[in-house]
Amino acid sequence: MFVQVTMELLRGMGTMFQIFILTLIFSLPLGLVLALGTMSKFKPLSYLIQILVWIIRGTPLMLQLIIIFYGPGMWLGHNIWGGNEAGRITATVVAFTINYACYFSVIFRGGIEGIPAGQREAGQVLGMTRSQIFFKITLLQMVKRVVPPMSNEIITLVKDTSLARIIAAQELTQRGYSFMKSAGLVWPLFYTGLFYLIFVGVLTLLFNYFEKRLDYFR
Amino acid sequence: MAILEVKNIEKHFGSTQVLRNVSFSMEEGNALAIIGSSGSGKTTLLRCLNFLETPDSGSIAVKGEMLYDASRGASQNERELRKKRLHFGMVFQSFHLFPQYTALENVMLAEQLLAKERPDYKQNKKAILDEIHAHGEALLKKMGLEQRENHYPHQLSGGQQQRVAIARALALKPDILCFDEPTSALDPELTGEVLKVIRGLADQKTTMIIVTHEMAFARDVADEIIFMDDGYIVEQGKARDVIEHPQEERTRQFLSRYTNG
Repeated sequence: MFVQVTMELLRGMGTMFQIFILTLIFSLPLGLVLALGTMSKFKPLSYLIQILVWIIRGTPLMLQLIIIFYGPGMWLGHNIWGGNEAGRITATVVAFTINYACYFSVIFRGGIEGIPAGQREAGQVLGMTRSQIFFKITLLQMVKRVVPPMSNEIITLVKDTSLARIIAAQELTQRGYSFMKSAGLVWPLFYTGLFYLIFVGVLTLLFNYFEKRLDYFR
Repeated sequence: MAILEVKNIEKHFGSTQVLRNVSFSMEEGNALAIIGSSGSGKTTLLRCLNFLETPDSGSIAVKGEMLYDASRGASQNERELRKKRLHFGMVFQSFHLFPQYTALENVMLAEQLLAKERPDYKQNKKAILDEIHAHGEALLKKMGLEQRENHYPHQLSGGQQQRVAIARALALKPDILCFDEPTSALDPELTGEVLKVIRGLADQKTTMIIVTHEMAFARDVADEIIFMDDGYIVEQGKARDVIEHPQEERTRQFLSRYTNG
């Protein structure tokens, strides 16, 4: 039984990891774009993004996931995600990407605005272009500032992947829970928790490493 | 011919006017000191020269080339603006070194980025970069910092940081080097080493505009002094004359605080 549960949970872990890594890949750059958008001098764009961020941060991620997965089917008459597991994971990644990009954008904005104006001005008087100033001066200083708040959000993302069971994706929590329903076993739930703990532990080590790597400047 | 000609510069921040009809010119190889109390417009004037602020009216010409003329409408696209800024170098009060780069990298960065725009960059990449590296090292040596090349800004004292900032500003060989209160963020001990470097630049006939509160330094190093108050140039003349025999009552008041202090 233990081997069977382990195999099942490892499969769930795979799904969890898929949602986690794809969400990060898409939401980090999107969050940066949204952050630059909110700081844009073109006010309508800035307001539009602020409203989007308000809506996404102001409603439950679970609700957003339900709307994104079931919404198209109700409005268009056919499920654009497809009914299989891959479709469910895709819908989850889309919902999570939008949600996390909004949170990330606020963190990025704080990181950029926290950099003294003198840094940008020093670049300007040295004849640098706006993009050179961003990539050569601002970006790394921002990354250093956002690592601690970012690590919080990313750890939350790990555990938020369990929400995907609401649209019946076979992720980690769902698989652990299934043994309680089918065989009346409680211990697989604790075992499931251990999977999350180990994963978050590895992430924490990774963040500590990043912080150390960026420790060479202040 | 004057290397710099500034005419009738006016600048407002909201409803407060910070520069009023400011006009002056300076000769190549001269050092010009600008003195005056806080809020008199000295720093804003320097920032206008470096195009960190846009004057509301007036004109700025360097070596006879009109860089800015408010009456002609300022279509300042980034490319032109960058070229114009390169006529001036700027040393800030609080250094503004890039913290993620070493002293040498700080000095080389702008030159490396500009080199990428050269048409022969791809073919001669190695030679060009070697040349920039040698130039950066030479500048730091000139600042007495050859032992500090690979230090990051936070590992340097304030005086050392400011000397790196001076080397960084010199790297692009500006026509006019501007200093915005270069020693105001330093304690008296470190002030001396920075002033010594600036004095050395003056001896080599570097064209400089220095906003400063160091009156003795201004008197000894600058060729001319401008005294500003409330956005106006109140008095301008030979350095020694302005400090020792000021003509205007307002200048006398200002200077008495330093001599009696």
